[in-house]
Amino acid sequence: MCLAVPMKIMEIRGDGTGVAELDGSRHEVNLLLVPDIKNGDFVIVHAGFAIERMNEHEANAILAVFAEIADWQKNAVEAAP
Amino acid sequence: MSEQTIQLGHGGGGLLSRDLIQREIVSRFGDGALKGLPDGATLPVPAGRAMVFTTDSFVVQPLEFPGGNIGDLAVHGTVNDLAVCGARPRWLSLALILEEGLPMTTLRRVLDSVKKAADDCGVAVVTGDTKVVAHGQCDGMYVNTAGIGELMDGFELGVGRVAAGDPILVSGPVGDHGMAVLAAREGIRITHGVTSDTGPVHRLVQGVREWAPHIRFMRDPTRGGLASVLNEVVEGQATGILLRETDLPFSAGAKAAAEMLGVDLLQVASEGRMILVCAPPVSEAILKVWRGMPEGRGAVKIGEVTATKGRVILETITGGRRLVDVPRGELLPRIC
Amino acid sequence: MKYIDGFRDPAVAAGLRARLDAVAAGLQAWNRPVNIMEVCGSHTMAIARYGIRDILPKNVTLISGPGCPVCVTPTSYIDIAITLAERGAIVVSFGDMIAVPGSSSSLAGCRARGGTVEIGYSPMRAIELAEAHPEREVVFLAIGFETTTAPVVAMLELAIRRGLRNLSLLTAFKRVPPALTALLSDPEIRIDAFLCPAHVSAIIGADAYKPFVETWKVPCVVAGFEPLDILYGILGILEQAARGEAAVANLYARVVTAQGNVHAQSLMAKYLEPVDAAWRGIGVIPASGLGLRPEFADYDAGRRHGVVVGLGAENPACACGEVLKGKQRPPDCPLFGAACTPDHPVGPCMVSSEGTCAAYFKYIVN
Repeated sequence: MCLAVPMKIMEIRGDGTGVAELDGSRHEVNLLLVPDIKNGDFVIVHAGFAIERMNEHEANAILAVFAEIADWQKNAVEAAP
Repeated sequence: MSEQTIQLGHGGGGLLSRDLIQREIVSRFGDGALKGLPDGATLPVPAGRAMVFTTDSFVVQPLEFPGGNIGDLAVHGTVNDLAVCGARPRWLSLALILEEGLPMTTLRRVLDSVKKAADDCGVAVVTGDTKVVAHGQCDGMYVNTAGIGELMDGFELGVGRVAAGDPILVSGPVGDHGMAVLAAREGIRITHGVTSDTGPVHRLVQGVREWAPHIRFMRDPTRGGLASVLNEVVEGQATGILLRETDLPFSAGAKAAAEMLGVDLLQVASEGRMILVCAPPVSEAILKVWRGMPEGRGAVKIGEVTATKGRVILETITGGRRLVDVPRGELLPRIC
Repeated sequence: MKYIDGFRDPAVAAGLRARLDAVAAGLQAWNRPVNIMEVCGSHTMAIARYGIRDILPKNVTLISGPGCPVCVTPTSYIDIAITLAERGAIVVSFGDMIAVPGSSSSLAGCRARGGTVEIGYSPMRAIELAEAHPEREVVFLAIGFETTTAPVVAMLELAIRRGLRNLSLLTAFKRVPPALTALLSDPEIRIDAFLCPAHVSAIIGADAYKPFVETWKVPCVVAGFEPLDILYGILGILEQAARGEAAVANLYARVVTAQGNVHAQSLMAKYLEPVDAAWRGIGVIPASGLGLRPEFADYDAGRRHGVVVGLGAENPACACGEVLKGKQRPPDCPLFGAACTPDHPVGPCMVSSEGTCAAYFKYIVN
């Protein structure tokens, strides 16, 4: 029930709703809990509501850490006898 | 004078019925065995050949969805059931139950799809029936198709023939049909997202006939998806199945819709894909043939049969394993 | 799906596994396993679904705690909901509540007997139904941790703005932090660290775990629900353990901030106040629930109908209580997989989409 999906805001309407997209699939989303959200921001969507903004900068930072971990492992495996 | 919507009279057997049949059925399917509208189709059955007979009913909601409608679904579904039995599909019956008030334009689009799909599959609609029920007594339209095909030489299919080490092949990405229907129902507006994979697989089967004696099992993963079919293969058997998550084929659109709706794609129906279990030496050749055909472009090996009695196990992206259980509970309703 | 697939990369998983093995090797001197408790049903499900227990170092044990809000809701709640449906209310619920057994029936059973029970993926369904049926009362089954509480409260605010008088909430909201206190205070449970929930933390903020670090000196690591998030979170815990440290580490910084979603918190505070709450299998935990403030009594189904959700008697054969505290694993329950399966569940842990027993049954290769 706490599962929530990261989606990109494509449209903000005046009535507190908007449209969010994930890889071409779009759905209406309620923005009442994230009043400062802007078009193009990413949000986490749970039960039809955006519950928080997803910070792309932080997301890319952790993905970069992960990429290093993957590379390190790849090199370790290749170097092993 | 042609009406805008289906009336009760269209199913009554009187003038309105006959007019509808002439205009919509005979115009599309009136050649061959249907000519003159006999009560039954007389068909030339080849001597000494076993025939395969199947039937399916279609209650999909909504009637029209991205990538198809109940019409082509009804043709592909039955053609595919015949194909995975090792038969060459020849003839279909087409029975319609229409709801009073169904727009004529909807009926025509559906019947156009039936005709196009049947022509594309090389099958003939040779007999059928049309009934009309009062408003509210069915959801727009229900369709039943029954099909007859000729069993091809060399196919001896059954779960009992499956042995440890046998590769498991799938003809392309799975789950698109179920997600397309569910997305349409849940109001997920598709830009370049998921569309139904409804389509025939009989050419895929015919294309690998030369290896028929080495093919253990074939099925199309409709209701319950891969999880359902693969569990059928191992249930009560001494063998099991091991799948690799990194090899499972899913389209980007289906994945996105599944994430949004919290659905496991392994349990979602396809209507234009097939699974094949074969002896190890022929799998590469089968994949090569499939990949050379438009309906088999995304064909891959997703795992193999093992000695782990009666279970389907998935090796996940972490390397840890999990069970792929028989789908339970209220699965996605009305997707075919 | 870069921000989803990137957290499911098998090459990264391999690297994290190697690191986990390396750090865990340094903890062998403990001569006992490191007990990590996760308290969110989504973590429970993801850990099972990705076979994470299979690949963890042998001296690391993952314990599932009371992370499933449906599972910790007493049976009497279902009974009350059924009664309200039988009295003619339109009962609206999240999907997985429908099959949970009450004392004699479930909401699905009630629906089959003619009760109006509707499933809502979003709480907004309650508003849709209230507007479509002004002559009937719509009761929304308001269950959840903070992640879900926020959207439900937002729905209530919208309902009030629209002047709806026929909509009420049957509340059983739970707060995660008081549950952590109860678990840490239980002498029978040994917890070395918490893997803290992703989206509850998005609402309440990572700072909410500071008191647990200060008082009990247990690492509290906030981790996302993707498999790499979970492995990375466990790695964070082991690294703290290896250094003899205990701190709050927010490893889900792409969504969770130190203060959380302040706007959601103030909306929740506007309508709700802490109340004592009954947790199935644990008992009454003070201030661990959230109830509607008295000025919103009109929207409180409990007050409108004079009902209170108490602990009540549970099926004595059902071990959900022990499972919820992490004292028993599902396969250790004699009913597991035999008398109790998802098709005929005895307790909520087996039928809820986030239940520990359901996760084991569905995913674990025994």
